[in-house]
Amino acid sequence: MNAMSLGPYAPFIVTSYLLVTAVLLSLIAWIAIDYRRQKQRLRELDESGIVRRSGGRAAEIR
Amino acid sequence: MTLIDLANPTRFLTLTARVLPWLAGLTGLLLLIGLYQSAMAPDDYQQGATVKIMFIHVPNAWLSMFVWGVMTLAALGTLVWRHPLADVAAKAAAPIGACFTFLALVTGSLWGRPMWGTYWEWDARLTSVLILFLMYLGLIALWRAVEDPSRAARAAAVLTLVGAINLPIIKFSVDWWNTLHQPASVLRMGGPALDRAFLIPLLVMAVAFSLLFLTLHLAALRNEILSRRVRALQMMQASRQAA
Repeated sequence: MNAMSLGPYAPFIVTSYLLVTAVLLSLIAWIAIDYRRQKQRLRELDESGIVRRSGGRAAEIR
Repeated sequence: MTLIDLANPTRFLTLTARVLPWLAGLTGLLLLIGLYQSAMAPDDYQQGATVKIMFIHVPNAWLSMFVWGVMTLAALGTLVWRHPLADVAAKAAAPIGACFTFLALVTGSLWGRPMWGTYWEWDARLTSVLILFLMYLGLIALWRAVEDPSRAARAAAVLTLVGAINLPIIKFSVDWWNTLHQPASVLRMGGPALDRAFLIPLLVMAVAFSLLFLTLHLAALRNEILSRRVRALQMMQASRQAA
């Protein structure tokens, strides 16, 4: 996007795109961090010898 | 794999692990194409360059309602069919829907200041979307407040169904009341009122954002399934320690 061609309302346009990018990247990061946290908890439960009712290991999840 | 198989969380997780990288790649590609087309779109004769805000505002606004629609189907799944993944799907979708609604409100506001001369107006469309945003926050708070997932699921499902009444109000608010917000220009009787130069980037961005929702929803669903598995195992661990 060429800011030179955005005219007098460039700050509104640029702010909109930056805000959408920031919020969506934060959402993606939150989901990715949450996935790692859950996997870590499952690994810890696995190491403490907790077994699922199906007999599988706690961390036996992709 | 049949649809019934997906009711099994373990099979669902396996499928998600296979599909997610492809979906993420396709979403990224479409977003790049959509952003390029949005940047190259000409200025509108009335809006000037601010029309570029529409390419992100409209997909966010559509998805804010679509996500609640998905949650409404999930609520029916929870209350009527008691599908094991229905509540998980609704709970995973709510924060994503809240983000889309927040972005629709803020980008609309940033477009409104130069075009309408105000960031905010208490007209029917803006107010009903604000109510939708507040309902998303209320639902998220409800899931966090009730510790037992099955009790939280039923309460959230009822609240979601009640909130679905707001969807037609949002959609038809611009027809039923005299609003500052313009009437529908894409999804309307008689076809889109937009020129192809604006319609194509808008539709590409809408598809890209829809795929983004699908990708994020699957990833959040996977997290919620794992979180419930962690909770179940922690309860097993606690009961063993107590015994």
